[in-house]
Amino acid sequence: MAVTHGTSGADDPVAVVRLEGIEKSFFGVPVLRGVDLLLHAGEVHALVGENGAGKSTLLKVLAGVHRPDSGRIVVRDEEVSFTAPRDAQAAGIAIIHQEFTLLEHRTVAENVFLGREPVRRGQVDRRAMETQTRQLLDWLGEDGIEPGTEVARLSVARKQVVEIVKALSADAKVLAMDEPTAALADNEVELLYGLVRRLRDRGIAILYVSHRMREVFDLSSRITVLKDGAFVTCVPTADLDTDQVVRHMVGRPLEALYPERTSVPGAVRIALRGAGNERVRNLTFDVRAGEIVGLAGLQGSGRSAIARAIWGVEPFTTGTVELDGVPTRVTGPRTAVRKGIGYVTEDRKGEGLALRQSVRDNTLLVRRAACRGAAARQAADLTRLLGAVGVVARGPHQEVRYLSGGNQQKVVLGKWLAVRPRVLIVDEPTRGVDVGAKQTLYRLLRDLADDGMAILMISSELPELIGMSDRILVMHEGALAGVLPGGADEEAVMGLATGHQPGAVA
Amino acid sequence: MRARPRLADGTGPVLVVLLILLVGLAFAGPAYAEPGGYLALLKRAAPLVVLAVGQYFVIVSGGFDLSVGSLVTAEVVVAARLVNGDDANTGWVIALLLGCGILVGLVNGLITTKLLVPSFIVTLGMLLVLDGAVFLWSGGAPRGALSPSFRLIGRGSVDVPVLGQLPWSVIVLLVVVAAAVWFMRSGTGRTLLAVGDNENVVRLAGGRVDRLRLLAFVLSGLLASVAAILLAGFAGVSAQVGEGLEFRAITAVVLGGVLLGGGRGSVVAAAAGALSLEALFSLLNLLGVSGALESAVQGVIIIAAVAYAAHGAGLWRVLRPHRPVPDTA
Amino acid sequence: MSAVRERARGRSDVPPRTRTFVITPVLVVYLALAVLLVVGSVLVGVHGGVLLDHGGILNILTRGTVLGLVAIGQTLVIVTGSLDLSVAYLVGLCSLVAAETMAGSPAMIVPGVLAALVVAAVVGLVNGLVITVLKANAFIATLGVALVLRGYLEHNYTGPAGSVPRAFQHIGYDRIGPVPVAALLMLLLAAAAWWYLRRTRTGYHMYAVGGDVDVARLSGVRTGRTIVTAHVLCAVMAGLAGVFLAGRLGSGAPYVGTDAGYDLESIAAVVLGGTALAGGRGGVAGTIGGVLILSTLDTIFDDLGLDSFFKDVVRGVVLIVAVALYARRRAARRST
Repeated sequence: MAVTHGTSGADDPVAVVRLEGIEKSFFGVPVLRGVDLLLHAGEVHALVGENGAGKSTLLKVLAGVHRPDSGRIVVRDEEVSFTAPRDAQAAGIAIIHQEFTLLEHRTVAENVFLGREPVRRGQVDRRAMETQTRQLLDWLGEDGIEPGTEVARLSVARKQVVEIVKALSADAKVLAMDEPTAALADNEVELLYGLVRRLRDRGIAILYVSHRMREVFDLSSRITVLKDGAFVTCVPTADLDTDQVVRHMVGRPLEALYPERTSVPGAVRIALRGAGNERVRNLTFDVRAGEIVGLAGLQGSGRSAIARAIWGVEPFTTGTVELDGVPTRVTGPRTAVRKGIGYVTEDRKGEGLALRQSVRDNTLLVRRAACRGAAARQAADLTRLLGAVGVVARGPHQEVRYLSGGNQQKVVLGKWLAVRPRVLIVDEPTRGVDVGAKQTLYRLLRDLADDGMAILMISSELPELIGMSDRILVMHEGALAGVLPGGADEEAVMGLATGHQPGAVA
Repeated sequence: MRARPRLADGTGPVLVVLLILLVGLAFAGPAYAEPGGYLALLKRAAPLVVLAVGQYFVIVSGGFDLSVGSLVTAEVVVAARLVNGDDANTGWVIALLLGCGILVGLVNGLITTKLLVPSFIVTLGMLLVLDGAVFLWSGGAPRGALSPSFRLIGRGSVDVPVLGQLPWSVIVLLVVVAAAVWFMRSGTGRTLLAVGDNENVVRLAGGRVDRLRLLAFVLSGLLASVAAILLAGFAGVSAQVGEGLEFRAITAVVLGGVLLGGGRGSVVAAAAGALSLEALFSLLNLLGVSGALESAVQGVIIIAAVAYAAHGAGLWRVLRPHRPVPDTA
Repeated sequence: MSAVRERARGRSDVPPRTRTFVITPVLVVYLALAVLLVVGSVLVGVHGGVLLDHGGILNILTRGTVLGLVAIGQTLVIVTGSLDLSVAYLVGLCSLVAAETMAGSPAMIVPGVLAALVVAAVVGLVNGLVITVLKANAFIATLGVALVLRGYLEHNYTGPAGSVPRAFQHIGYDRIGPVPVAALLMLLLAAAAWWYLRRTRTGYHMYAVGGDVDVARLSGVRTGRTIVTAHVLCAVMAGLAGVFLAGRLGSGAPYVGTDAGYDLESIAAVVLGGTALAGGRGGVAGTIGGVLILSTLDTIFDDLGLDSFFKDVVRGVVLIVAVALYARRRAARRST
């Protein structure tokens, strides 16, 4: 069925989907106000905008999840109206969501044909399903995946391939990808690039939604910018640079994104001496009061494993950890908290916040959960705490799930500040946070350091890591590959992280 | 921050329902023209309210306790046999009953948290075990009798200046509810709610998730014992005394707008849910509706309450073909 | 979460495991059944009896028939990620509908059976619609419907009613050797349910809805329709159980389903059979194993002359232990 995608001439763009003047409000709040979008066959079209700019809603309109209040959707010169996702599917539009829409305990083929299983003589034709899945995988050059494998056994990158195959098997001509690299390891991102280009060359129109400017510039041929639910501009990528795009998104020139490094490092707060476990080995470094130390490395290089080990989730089995000069054994989050270590995890919704609880209860969570007696009862300075992190909410009783990503992250920070940790580990602190809120978070982290906190910062976004850190530790395959000063250039970091360039371990 | 005391989410609707029912009672029955009638209602409702509060702790932390009904039966049967009509036995038997409740809660909680068995299954198993064990022990029919002092708690009263006769069970009820409210406002109570919402977050915040969930089951077992003591005095000894109470308690909690699966709901609302249920049964009784239909009414109510919770005030919109889906992104 | 994710990445390029011999839950169930039969035979033998003689096999299969019918239906619902607590009252109701419609007349056998099944289907439809349209939690929805049925039964019946013609009573007692015909019919239905779940589109969709309802919806599965179908089929199976019981008892009995605790018992059988309560995995084959384990336990206790209440105790313990073992297996697999 889907294997016969034609390749259309790149010189004469064919409009596949046209959105005109799309408007959508929820409970009287306009989310989209007259958005236009034109997708050509065989192009990668980037859609960018701050969080809350309306990208997700636009995708959902395109996917038939939401019906627009007004505006037209035209697919191949024919106006359509989607009432359910299956209508959009039938029109050849598929969405690759950030969270995979795969069933872990079903096979690849079963997932690919979910909802459209071929039926022969009253029962599902399993052989046809597997054959066609294999053909599609071959067509994409992904022959390493067996159609009969249970999806739970696949890596994240391969699950994404299955997701794409699933879309293609529905004869998709338009593929909208929502932050497709968010869940991928760095080496897998390259593979995805290849896949996206192959899809493009085979005539598929790709709408690529991303926060990461580099991906946008690497892949796309045109960029559409949304701001506050309104269409700002649509221009060929070649005519723009990153600064201009950011300015379109934010609508104001961005002053220095990263605060100045003002702090003077003080005493050593936390020191690792030859520490290691299953996933990292022989780590020796320290973080001083007032310092922000960046932790760079490819995903899987052991960055998060260090955080989890310091924090006692999967503790170090060799070497020692010293806190303020005292050798300490941390056996679990509870002891870590009591010894003055805080940990802002990477997965905010899964590990950072109880989403149905109020701002107040989340902010006081650590204090209540881990501290006994007097400390647990002092809730009076909640207002001060929320003020310090600058949470914008309707009040302390608002449930955190209604807050924006940036404000949620501030609540997570507030939760830790409530117990005044001496060491704070932050893992991907600005993931899914828009540019404006990023700046606030950077300022906040720097202020905390200036107040004498020792901060260990993990991030996949190199500019952020380089802009924020006083020193950068680079990990490679579970070991420390080198230490670079703050403001080092990206190539130096990547060189160490990929193991191409040996660096001096300080 | 506003200074006035704030109702937790979902408390409003059930209080409105309760108020309507109470007003209805006043119109339907002459007994409710004066405080005495309402006091009698409270007395009748006390065991269910106490059970509902216990069930609330478990539900809000993300579980179910299906074993409370059979626990009540077991304890009443055991109490009758051990007390055997002798006042001298009252004290230690009550202590023993409370201890048994705690023990059952401990077992439920430990199996749920340590062996990772869903609480639905654990407490279902416990229900079977308790049912079987108590009849095995008593030989099929309850024997013995309660002592007057034992029954006093369930049916006796104490003279109070303004109100006149205040039943002991109402005092127990007020103490339990007040203690539960205090607990849910404390740090531990708030953390218990967070466990029901996302236990990962609590664990990573340094909280002891297993201990909190265990505590919920223990409280449920303990309160089931209290309810058993009240019921034994009030309703007397029978092998059917606890039948269906677990579902009635769950109905009450759900009627109070507490979210099944945990993480949301107030204990006051759960108690109000239990009281509403009891008030409704009294009202139906006054209106001459057959007692046999009680459960049918309970069934309709429980569905309506959950449907209301799922759709809020927009329930009427359900039948419209294309309702907007709120955007959470 | 992210720790798990990273770990998954660690083994990203392990080649997919080829079809080696895998210990599936179904295999475990039948192994447990075999062990139980051996241990039971020894115990009963020591007691001076024989477990698997003519009467013993008959006993096990007869006990298993009704529970099996209900549990097959329950499997469909649980695989779909739902639950049906109304089956016990429904069994009683359907036995009454069948017996009262037949009213002793052989000519009314077919209408009686049909009437019972239609009533069952309607109740299943109500369950399904309350869950899908009113968005009530399945536990609560079916509990509510159960209570409504109970109110109806309590209001209208005090004891057995209706009468089943002798011709129809054969269904309850005819057998081929030691094997009751009804048990064969039950196994036939189990096979049909297995085929339905594993080979038809709706069956596929039941696994999908149980696995992740949002994924299923986004993939174009009509989730509501799938859930309603599962509930209707489950109710019809309970209805068949009611009809069979009417045939066996000679009349309808309002509490025949609840006295045997078919609601929780059927869930126990399904869970014993290795189907996760959360849905999305498991199946009928395991359920039949679970049913046979429970009915074998009963028979062993009878042969040993043990108090019937003791059965409940053991049953409760078996249920908890079994699920604890599954939970351990799953946890162990996750950490390797």
